[in-house]
Amino acid sequence: MAELPNPQENLSLDTFLRGLWTENPVFAMLLGMCPVLAVTNSTMNAIAMGLATTFVLVCSSLLISLLRNWIPKQVRIASYIIIIATFVTIVDYGIQAISLELYAALGAFIQLIVVNCVILGRAEAYASKQRLHTTLVNSLGMGAGFTIALLALGTVREILGSGSILGVALFGEGFQPWVVMILPPGGFFVLGAWLLLFNWLRLRKERKVMEQSGVAANAG
Amino acid sequence: MSIKVELQTQSQPGPGTQVAPSWPMLRTLAGIAILSGLLVVLVYQATKPIITENERILTEQAVFEVLPGAVSKVDFVLTEQGLAPAGEGAVGMAVFVGFGADAELRGVAFPGAARGYQDVIQFLFGYDPACECIVGSKVLRSTETPGLGDKIDTDPVFLENFVALDASLNPAGTALANPIVLVAHGTKTAPWQIDGISGATISGKAMARAANDAAERFVPSIRRDLAKLAAAAP
Repeated sequence: MAELPNPQENLSLDTFLRGLWTENPVFAMLLGMCPVLAVTNSTMNAIAMGLATTFVLVCSSLLISLLRNWIPKQVRIASYIIIIATFVTIVDYGIQAISLELYAALGAFIQLIVVNCVILGRAEAYASKQRLHTTLVNSLGMGAGFTIALLALGTVREILGSGSILGVALFGEGFQPWVVMILPPGGFFVLGAWLLLFNWLRLRKERKVMEQSGVAANAG
Repeated sequence: MSIKVELQTQSQPGPGTQVAPSWPMLRTLAGIAILSGLLVVLVYQATKPIITENERILTEQAVFEVLPGAVSKVDFVLTEQGLAPAGEGAVGMAVFVGFGADAELRGVAFPGAARGYQDVIQFLFGYDPACECIVGSKVLRSTETPGLGDKIDTDPVFLENFVALDASLNPAGTALANPIVLVAHGTKTAPWQIDGISGATISGKAMARAANDAAERFVPSIRRDLAKLAAAAP
């Protein structure tokens, strides 16, 4: 039977918030880069991919947490993959039922959610060890963090590359779109810019903490 | 060292080593597989009618877009014997005959495909037998580069090529009188030529090839069975 080496986490606000900031799957852990770079050429694609991934992440984490005491460790990865693939197939049919145009725009990246490291990583590192309610809150936080990250890239790329947001034109006729932003290199540029900003914010915060602790030590 | 010892222990269990029982593993995998199958089948059954309806609406919209004035359509298939009504056991490529509000034949929409820059691009072309020309086009499926290759479905100047693109047949009615080709931008001189587009050269060539191949395949049958198509008005 699967072992539970980690202590059970108590539910707190941090259980949810970690996924948004300190353990953000994209900006902190750099996981799931394939859809992050590939389908964020428009805001709508980013929202759809974020929600689809969140659905798969939450449902698969819940089921894995529910079955954690019944899944032998020798077959845990195979079991997780079957569970994740099931929910990806459900999302695949769901998106086809909602909009075939959206389904065509997202292409193979819907099916590729199966191999998204964020989901398998959460299954192995968290859902297989934690209780149902903490797993639900944590996976919701991770899903929200992933969706926000995709949105951050998709919005910037659509504004710069197409001069619009959610298909609504923002600038006049004279606007010359920066086409490279909706091409694959644009994904790297925008991701790099966001990472630069977040690392700068993190370093600034760390420096402030160090300065404050230095002042306190001198005063003491 | 510790890894080596562990591997040896797994591959050659000694007399005191515990071997994981197979039954819990089999039971778990079988149970999860059954649950997975049930969920997938349930969702498939629930979404199938919705997806089929979405496909029908999308096809209908595309047909009406490439056949100006059409408000209803009748489905046919291209068989070895010619065009036959769909759904009567006939197997072949789908063709959509469009009719106006007055039940007059407005044209025939047929599919085309050719390899573009990224992958195969699928099109729907509208053909008007009255002018023997292609009167509309729509990209049904494409993974061409956004902002460049996808101009073949969005650039209004390029799409004007497909408002009256000559697809007339030779006197024998067996093939196109002139092949549909893409020419360099600004050098179009004949009605069967497509004026090229900068930034989407490969995609534009693919579209010209798809239009030419589709017209070669479908137009001779359309001319031969025109009376049958016109009589199929709903």
